[in-house]
Amino acid sequence: MAKPGACVARSGLTALVYTCDGQVIHFDNVTKTYANQGRPALESVNLDVEKGEFVFLVGPSGSGKSTFLRLILKEERPTSGRIHVAGKDLARLTNWKVPHLRRRIGCVFQDFRLLPNKNVYQNIAFALEVIGKPRRFIRKVVPEVIDLVGLEGKRDRMPDELSGGEQQRVAMARAFVNRPMILLADEPTGNIDPATSIGIMKVLDRINRTGTTVVMATHDAAIVDSMRKRVIELEYGKVVRDQSRGVYGQAY
Amino acid sequence: MRFQFVFSEVWIGLRRNLTMTVALVVVVAISLSLLGTGLLFVKQVDNTRSYWQSRVQLSVYLCTASDVEANCQKNGPATAAEIASIRSALVATHLTTSVQFVSAEEAYKQFKQEFANNEPIVKYTQKDQIPPSFEIRLKNTEADAAQVTEVMNGVPGVSQVVNDASILDQFYKLLDGARNAVVVIAAFLLIAAILLVANTIRLSAFNRRRETSIMRLVGASNFYVQLPFLVEGMIAGLIGWLVATGLLIGVKSVLLSSLQSIFPYGVTLSTTDLVEVIIVAMITGLLICGATSFLTLRRYLRV
Repeated sequence: MAKPGACVARSGLTALVYTCDGQVIHFDNVTKTYANQGRPALESVNLDVEKGEFVFLVGPSGSGKSTFLRLILKEERPTSGRIHVAGKDLARLTNWKVPHLRRRIGCVFQDFRLLPNKNVYQNIAFALEVIGKPRRFIRKVVPEVIDLVGLEGKRDRMPDELSGGEQQRVAMARAFVNRPMILLADEPTGNIDPATSIGIMKVLDRINRTGTTVVMATHDAAIVDSMRKRVIELEYGKVVRDQSRGVYGQAY
Repeated sequence: MRFQFVFSEVWIGLRRNLTMTVALVVVVAISLSLLGTGLLFVKQVDNTRSYWQSRVQLSVYLCTASDVEANCQKNGPATAAEIASIRSALVATHLTTSVQFVSAEEAYKQFKQEFANNEPIVKYTQKDQIPPSFEIRLKNTEADAAQVTEVMNGVPGVSQVVNDASILDQFYKLLDGARNAVVVIAAFLLIAAILLVANTIRLSAFNRRRETSIMRLVGASNFYVQLPFLVEGMIAGLIGWLVATGLLIGVKSVLLSSLQSIFPYGVTLSTTDLVEVIIVAMITGLLICGATSFLTLRRYLRV
């Protein structure tokens, strides 16, 4: 363990369970090598993300940012090392419990991934419907997040009637509507102009202030520099910089 | 569990690849109705066989004045003494359970009764053309028939020995052949149905890959992701089964009934038999559609 003090071992019903109070993401010497590739996508990564943190993940394409996010979602398994997310050891998480992990993690992508045949409200409600939430609950919380992301009065619009920035707000609302512990954002401003990006970042900041940990992979130096949050820089799969209140980096 | 959500997803899925759904329904309907027809045939044959098994007799026809058999020409019609000695010879074989004498009058009466709906035959048959006979029940019909026949051949007063079973065998052969043909075709169609189900589900999964990828992302359980597809396959199977049920009722009431009018002594299939076959068809249909959907989903919708 990188921080033995933070993780408490206690015996659960079936196995020894580590609960890491305050730590929502914990990477312990994680290496991920994809099949048929010589160089590891991630190599000996040790890091902790505390509850409520806002973290930028920067680095050139192919530096391992996406692999990092996929490992958190358990879409990939590490070749070696241990990962704890939301207090759970991913290696011990059975496949049928993975959905429960993902309910505690929201995801936002560069390409929005909205359903084109559903309107704003339906797109957001879909995320709750498919995890079996009661309709009364959905009717209550969806308008709330629509307001939170700043789409008041646009609940009946279809995605193709919205601007890129508005579509990304819908995606953020969908990711946040179930009040996840962690929000992962993979270049959320990649398809959006700088002026609109500021609005997106404001929403992410607002979400962060509710106590949700935000991890955002990005290439956008201006945003990173203006936010002054923790910056983790990856290069060739290794953490080369981990800096609180950091900037994008002089080399770029 | 939100049924409304699942069913709206199912409805979308069925509507989006309507042509595949229709093809699936048709193939399932035809294969199930053929399978059911095969099963009805099996039941018909079994019922007929067991009905006749207890009734099959060995008939020893005795000579009449008009009989042209060589044995009768030589000895003339059977006398009372001959009849008595034939009876004792039959009993002496120890192979019979009952030996019953049917006199010429009784035989003629039976004949008139059995051909009551065929007037010309009755009209042109003389009373003395219907011979008296011994109706014999054997302990073991199949094994002992030949032996008893051998004992009786050539005995004075015996015209000929007829084994009912040999007549029935031809009928069984016909029914068995029809049944086998139907079952083979049904088997091929069921294979086609399985492939079609797999293909329909695969198309449906591809059509809805956006939805399923988002469902997985937001943490929908496997059950939730897969249920709409599973239900989709099963509903297609159920509609197919409903059509098959209609066809089977038709088969039973038209085809098998007309067969029975050709072979009038057969036992009719009860409604219970039909319902049984329909239930078997339903289980087969649901099983094929459900299992195939499930296996296909495991390949195409991994979490």
